[in-house]
Amino acid sequence: MSFLDIQVDEKRYGERVVLQNLRLELARGDIVSLVGPSGCGKSTLLSIVAGLDRQARAAVRLDGKPLARAGVGDGIGFVFQEPRLFPWLDVTRNVAFGGAAPAAAPEATIQSTTPALTSATARDTAATVEALLDEVGLSGYAGHLPRQLSGGQAQRVAIARGLFTRPRVLLMDEPFSAVDAITRIKLQDLLARVARERGLTVLLVTHDIDEAVHLSDRIVLLDRQAGPPRAQLPVTLARPRARGDAAAARLKAEILAMLDLEAA
Amino acid sequence: MNTRTLETPATGARHRRRGGLPLALLRRFVFPFALPLALPVLLLGGAELAVRGGVLPANLMPPPSEVARTLGWLAENGLGAHLAASTLRVAIGFLAGAGAAVLLGTLVALDRRAAAVFDPTLQALRAIPSLAWVPLLLLWFGIDELPKLVLIAIGAFFPVYTGVVSGFGGVDRKLVEVAQLYRLPPLALVRRVLLPAALPAILTGLRTGLSLAWMFMVAAELIAATRGLGYLLSDGRETSRADIVLAAIVLLAVLGKLSDMGTVALERRLLAWRDDFAGSDFKGSKAGAQP
Repeated sequence: MSFLDIQVDEKRYGERVVLQNLRLELARGDIVSLVGPSGCGKSTLLSIVAGLDRQARAAVRLDGKPLARAGVGDGIGFVFQEPRLFPWLDVTRNVAFGGAAPAAAPEATIQSTTPALTSATARDTAATVEALLDEVGLSGYAGHLPRQLSGGQAQRVAIARGLFTRPRVLLMDEPFSAVDAITRIKLQDLLARVARERGLTVLLVTHDIDEAVHLSDRIVLLDRQAGPPRAQLPVTLARPRARGDAAAARLKAEILAMLDLEAA
Repeated sequence: MNTRTLETPATGARHRRRGGLPLALLRRFVFPFALPLALPVLLLGGAELAVRGGVLPANLMPPPSEVARTLGWLAENGLGAHLAASTLRVAIGFLAGAGAAVLLGTLVALDRRAAAVFDPTLQALRAIPSLAWVPLLLLWFGIDELPKLVLIAIGAFFPVYTGVVSGFGGVDRKLVEVAQLYRLPPLALVRRVLLPAALPAILTGLRTGLSLAWMFMVAAELIAATRGLGYLLSDGRETSRADIVLAAIVLLAVLGKLSDMGTVALERRLLAWRDDFAGSDFKGSKAGAQP
């Protein structure tokens, strides 16, 4: 039985049917990329799984249990295209947004608007955050405010926030599309490492075929026309994957050909 | 990246201290005020010379030195009571008006039905120049304290109301979505996301409301009062004492500036997280470009 089982009967925006009869099954630890033209409903699908979209006729099951009102409490983590950090909270409080308020980081350079908490849970939270920041390569940044971070750093904080609630499934909506090319490669490697170490199941929306090929166990191609996926391509390249691998290039060409066919 | 040292405000201060103590004192206490003070000093000196040289009539435009003497005389003859009366009126009127505005504005911003009930009426009332209420307030409440306080409250109400409504209305939907993802209950959503995000606009509204409160205090006291800076203004006019009028104006400027500085200090404290041009003075340096 699949670990994450997504069945969308229908999702419309007004008259327009965006998703229809779409079934997606992910095994535990799978990294699956959703690729398709703009407006094909990729992001909407993530919203449905995350419980942000309540209007869709859909059923999501995680480990056999239905997620009636999904969300982070049900072992789902979400990383958006933009970092979406709260500008008035320091990095620690942003990461721990879904939990108890942590103690102020000792290296805070600017007074945060929320008073410091020193309870035991707060100290636990601060320790958890510190470990997470270490994991995403941002140790020492706990007391920084979002405006003091570069785009890539902010997205690392967003990933740490997505991991804070110890999710089993991480949903990512084009998480690396807004950063520069070199930062993107670093963040992709970060995701691959974190997902492997934590045994995360990842559903990733992307426009970047290279990214999909590099990260995924399976690539799901969606059509602009609502319906079942156009194709589901398993990616059997060995990990860790080298960039610019010949087999990867062949797979990319295959995917691009399928997308071109549709554009014509 | 772990060993990277970041420039903090403290290291910046060390750099600034180079150049010895006298220069440091000059930088700290003289330079910041030299430019802002240049124009007033020039104008006051010019006025003094113009009056003493007979270019301006001294009965209409008393020289600044005489205004200063009048201020000294007033200080010994009941100025405290005038200042206290005006300040108290502003404080009470502003608190009442701004308090009502925060409550109503929050209700309208967060509840669609409340918005449908209140907002159209309030927008219509907002279109009325607030001074138009004066005759009605005098008819209803006489010439005691109440009409003055109500007028000041009306003046303070609308900028605060507008600030609160537009502040909450302008909160980034994407941040609200994050809060929904974490299933924040309504009250936590307001406290942890909506209020901090709306705070800049709310504080701007409060600041405007406070300056309007001072304005309407003067209007109210000009019409009918036996004490206060507005009373000094009209008393000075009636007795042809331009020096008293000018002294009252100077005091209004000082009080208005002081209260504005208070709200600005509050803004800086509460909004230190903002990444804007005005905040660039007290922001720590950006961390390295390491992604």
